[in-house]
Amino acid sequence: MKISISKDLCRGCGKCLKACPFEAIIMRDKKAELNEKCTGCGACVDSCPFEAISGIEEMNDKIDLAEYKGVWVFAEQRDGKLMPVTFELLGEGRQLAEKIGTNLCAVLCGENVSGLAGELIAYGADKVYIMEAPELKNYTNDAYTIAIYNAIQKYKPEIFLFGATHIGRDLAPSLAAKCGTGLTADCTKLEIDPEDKKLLQTRPAFGGNLMATIICPNHRPQMATVRPGVMKKADYDGSRHGIIEKVPIKFESGDLRIQVLEVVKNIRETVSLTDAKIIVSGGRGIGGPEGFSLLKQLADALGGTIASSRACVDAGWIDHSYQVGQTGATVRPALYIACGISGAVQHLAGMQESDVIVAINKNEHAPIFEVADYGIVGDVHKVIPAILEALRRLPEYSN
Amino acid sequence: MKIVVCVKQVPDTTEVKIDPVKGTLIRDGVPSILNPDDANALEAALTMKENNPGSTVSVITMGPPQADYMLRECLAMGADAAYLLSDRVFSGADTCATSATLAAGIRKLGGADIIITGRQAIDGDTAQVGPQVATRLGIPVISYVQKIYQEGDMVYAERKLEDGYERLAVKMPCLLTTVKELNTPRYMTIKGIIEAYEKEIIVWDHNDLCIEPEECGLSASPTKVLRTFVAAPKGKGEILSGTESEMAEALISKLREKHVL
Amino acid sequence: MIFSEKHKLIRKLVSDFAKKELTNEVLDKVEETGIFPKSILDKMADLGFYGVKIPRELGGQGGDNLAYVIMIEELARVSPVASLYANSPNSLSGGPILLSGTKEQLEKYLRPCVKGEIIIAFALTEPDAGSDAGSINTIAIEDGDAYILNGRKTFITMAPIADYTIVYAKTDLSKGTKGITAFIVDMKAKGVSCGKPEDKMGLIGCPTSDIVLDDVRVPKSEILGEPGRGFINAMKTLDGGRLGVAAQSIGVAQGCMDEVIKYSKERRQFRQPICNFQGISFMIADMAAKLAAAKELVYNAAVLMDRGDKDAGMACAMAKYYASEICNEIAGKAVQIHGGYGFIKKYKVERFYRDCRVFTIYEGTSQVQQMVIANKLLKN
Repeated sequence: MKISISKDLCRGCGKCLKACPFEAIIMRDKKAELNEKCTGCGACVDSCPFEAISGIEEMNDKIDLAEYKGVWVFAEQRDGKLMPVTFELLGEGRQLAEKIGTNLCAVLCGENVSGLAGELIAYGADKVYIMEAPELKNYTNDAYTIAIYNAIQKYKPEIFLFGATHIGRDLAPSLAAKCGTGLTADCTKLEIDPEDKKLLQTRPAFGGNLMATIICPNHRPQMATVRPGVMKKADYDGSRHGIIEKVPIKFESGDLRIQVLEVVKNIRETVSLTDAKIIVSGGRGIGGPEGFSLLKQLADALGGTIASSRACVDAGWIDHSYQVGQTGATVRPALYIACGISGAVQHLAGMQESDVIVAINKNEHAPIFEVADYGIVGDVHKVIPAILEALRRLPEYSN
Repeated sequence: MKIVVCVKQVPDTTEVKIDPVKGTLIRDGVPSILNPDDANALEAALTMKENNPGSTVSVITMGPPQADYMLRECLAMGADAAYLLSDRVFSGADTCATSATLAAGIRKLGGADIIITGRQAIDGDTAQVGPQVATRLGIPVISYVQKIYQEGDMVYAERKLEDGYERLAVKMPCLLTTVKELNTPRYMTIKGIIEAYEKEIIVWDHNDLCIEPEECGLSASPTKVLRTFVAAPKGKGEILSGTESEMAEALISKLREKHVL
Repeated sequence: MIFSEKHKLIRKLVSDFAKKELTNEVLDKVEETGIFPKSILDKMADLGFYGVKIPRELGGQGGDNLAYVIMIEELARVSPVASLYANSPNSLSGGPILLSGTKEQLEKYLRPCVKGEIIIAFALTEPDAGSDAGSINTIAIEDGDAYILNGRKTFITMAPIADYTIVYAKTDLSKGTKGITAFIVDMKAKGVSCGKPEDKMGLIGCPTSDIVLDDVRVPKSEILGEPGRGFINAMKTLDGGRLGVAAQSIGVAQGCMDEVIKYSKERRQFRQPICNFQGISFMIADMAAKLAAAKELVYNAAVLMDRGDKDAGMACAMAKYYASEICNEIAGKAVQIHGGYGFIKKYKVERFYRDCRVFTIYEGTSQVQQMVIANKLLKN
């Protein structure tokens, strides 16, 4: 949206300054004026009591939007195995396709990967486009961009979703630039506008402090990468039928400028506290140094790491490098499980920014419960084995 | 060797707070900083310059006139020259339009043997501009670079993956986007700061870049921000009840709902 | 004061450095061992901290006094002892040579000092000559192409680790302060020895001891400035030195404020953060206002020094006097607000409280500053 402010109508009341989420309006000589931070979001338009601000939607008549049909998802495979995010994309793509009334297609690139097509169909794809070539065995930006760009030109999808993996976030921007279309990164929510069937893409901005809904009104395909783990995985239905279409692909000399010398898989290393996604932390309530071995079992099961409150460090149960809190490390994991930690301010200062906090403590009045999303009042030595037992019943944690 | 580093001035998002009453961002007093990943990119460029005597490192940014401060910081770290692409018509650009303007700036510089930029900026976290600049310039890109070894006109890079890394080789000219594991950015020096303020920063507008206003900024951005809102604040926590195993089951299903597990 | 972007960038550099390098772990170790890590000193030298206000042609950075004050302030805010090391080449070590050194002396001593390759001590104070520096008893007697020095200097900062020292000694007993000459003495020279390092209250990590001169032969080429002009050299050096202590004072006071603001919001008593109590919040407001006033005095003194203003000396004395006094007051209140925790070594304010005690004492006590100010106002 192109915003303009009429100098004649503006009375300098300043309401638009407060309405603007981007500090893009300044007051000069008692008149509102736009600066370079304007993103055209239009939040200011309705805030003006004097109708001094107008927003004009620019129309693009170069592209016939109606030519573009279907929801595509990029079926990311590594070593002949589909990445879990692919099934999440299929789950989400299915819903979007139904709301628009179109079909869901998966795009699969690789060498000898046709065998995966059945799995993609079982997870909801109506159609699978397969591009096979030795050059596509390992992902490279060059080869995949050329192959998929070619398919986009040919079949013209209206929506194209990618997992926001290191591959998806490398491939999608190159494709979008080549297509001259928009791309929204790391979406956490996708919806279809019931009126015009456009894709509403919501993503966190400003380090997660703000959510923004983005549209791509006049360009196609509407492209987005989606954070792994956010969308619901599609259900498997082995009886589903779908179409498999092989798209021929040939590379010219000079097309492929990047050479893959080696792909190295990491054996999981011990993560540092500040980088850890999941932390299982123990306090005085774990009873003694041996309490940490129980915590370690839970941490290992979850793929996390252990940490400690100051009390345990001072008691000599564990090394200082594990300490979280004012005189230790400040952490911000996705999940922080506080076991037998009462929650002194000094400890809270180091962990209260965690995304989800779980507290396990015998004392129901412990201050840790005030910052916890979920609290369990009970003995750590009974609760953790129960959690481990419950985890074992889940297929992905069973081993 | 001609090395160009694309940088961005960003608000320090770790300092951004939410007004709990109004539900808006509080930006007063939030400092503007050199985007952290871009500092790694600059460090890589400066190291490369040290290993290839006679090379130059130029930093380039698109932004408001205030970005001058960040460019001085880059000069104080050791960059040779700094270019600021600044124009009202560049405003409101999404990654598509930003990459077009940056690519025009780099063309005006006469291109580069190697372009290095941070993987992503902390205010947008898109990681799109790097690969898109490369696409527009028609040069290969390697993103998520955690290790670089360069010899002659060949660049060998380790590209970080979720479960490991891959070793790639590419011939210059090329573009790399860097992650923080690559290096530790050097400090500025006092002398560097003083000399940075003795240098001139070159400012280019759309006329200098020979691009039309419709080709940049908001008008050239396919994506539009429909609305912004503050994520719902964390409610008061929930105390689970039941036997130990009931509570454990309940906890796990709640964590799975939130996609933490 | 409204700072230029250049000065803001210098503040950013030093504050980033302090945050990353001078971690609690490092500083606790310094306190425990009494040794400041060489690796950090080397980094400070590489980044140009040692030569902020030394001209570029002499190996320095060519900055002004305001840049210097900002650097000292930001270091002291995290580690007063680190600020002492960075201050020295700009002040008491480099200052006397910069003021009076010959071309050869500038090259031989100042350049390596600014690079952090050598450490130079400043030896003026004696057991019986502190504030009354003119009454020193160290004597230098001419002997051919050299002087023979005898005497004892006391409380000499960095003496045990110094490579050279500037010694102020009497060459003419009949002329009072006009009979004082400055010498550059090699600490390895025959007859030079150090006393036992003092067991100090604060600023642990930077050793202080006596220097004993026993028939030390110093060639005439190592006389700094003209014979008989040593006292002026010392006083002028101390004029500039005051600014450094003033900067340390506002830095430490700011460090105390940082801690207090954090702590009073986190510490809960009577079911609420203690900052909700006026008894605490008014104390903090008072500390902040005084600190703001002190900062303006210090920055203003720096600007006057840069302009070569005739009142710069008095401005430095005022800045040093006021800033060091309120720094002690603020540190005391910071400990008070921390309650029992403020008395425990793990907490930063405890160390700040000890470290800043000497600020009203060294490089001219508060009372000497008052004398300087009063003299300036009342003479004529």
